[in-house]
Amino acid sequence: MTGRRVLRAAALAAVLFGALPAGAVQPDEMLRDPALEQRARELSAGVRCLVCQNQSIDDSNADLARDLRKLVRERLLAGDTDQQVLDYLTARYGPFVLLEPPKTRSTWLLWYGPFALLAVGAAGVAAAAALRARRRAEPEPLSAEERSRLEALLSDEAAGTNEDPR
Amino acid sequence: MRRLLFLLPLAVVLALVGALAWPILEGRDPRALPSVLLDKPVPAFDLPGLAADTGGLHSDELSGRPVLVNVFASWCAPCRQEIPLLVQLSAEGVPIYGIAYKDEPAATRKFLAQLGDPYRGVGVDRDGRIAIEFGVYGVPETYVIDGAGRIRHRHVGAVTEDVARRTLLPLLEELSK
Repeated sequence: MTGRRVLRAAALAAVLFGALPAGAVQPDEMLRDPALEQRARELSAGVRCLVCQNQSIDDSNADLARDLRKLVRERLLAGDTDQQVLDYLTARYGPFVLLEPPKTRSTWLLWYGPFALLAVGAAGVAAAAALRARRRAEPEPLSAEERSRLEALLSDEAAGTNEDPR
Repeated sequence: MRRLLFLLPLAVVLALVGALAWPILEGRDPRALPSVLLDKPVPAFDLPGLAADTGGLHSDELSGRPVLVNVFASWCAPCRQEIPLLVQLSAEGVPIYGIAYKDEPAATRKFLAQLGDPYRGVGVDRDGRIAIEFGVYGVPETYVIDGAGRIRHRHVGAVTEDVARRTLLPLLEELSK
């Protein structure tokens, strides 16, 4: 009984994990050379579909995405390197066509801004913690009024007349 | 002063929200992309015409004086909308050239016969490859080309009266000086 259950679970796992995302690539678009097709798939996963804007051309069913997928494959067949293909696309559509923006001067805020903010926040927390620790370590000196009250209490106690007013 | 320091994070967040919301409040379309081809020469092309006996469109025809190039298709609704205005502009003497994007020439001919033909010349871009050279990502798109054959402006979406009078025509006038 348990043996069969394990077998069933294994079969389900095999089906679920064996299923790869197919993307929107149609069989007739694929290249015959599997290595080249693999490169095309990887490249198109990083190219933005300009119609839908938040999908890659590998995922999108839009017409323009299909045209660009074909174009990527044509360039690869013509012997372009991956970088040349991406350069070809950015020359026409701008860096926006790349899903991962290139690290240029205009995008450094985008890339490093979050880390800078995190550093500023961490510094703030550290400064606050240090301030609080110092305050706790050195209690404020008693004021003159407090001191005289304390002295009165202590002398009362020494005389044994410290009765509870209640 | 020290007491108000706790308001600082709130102020930072409000400033950030303001900076991010500003372009939207200003009415800028967040989906509009600037053309990377601005100030670059028109891509070279030689497209066939709508029929065997009509000439096509060659990129050389676009230089010499400022012109408009309109990328359109009969299957696109905003293109249908803008045609009457383009016809009117053409009648006022604005040279407009058309690139028929991924369309059957027969369908394009019918479309122009029905709505009017504002174009001095139309090139047929059946597979959309020349449009890719322009960086077109949705029809209609309209480009302003200067006399030296360089792209000076791109408008995405239908040309409206407002766009024509406020942007395209003043630019064309400035370029023809």
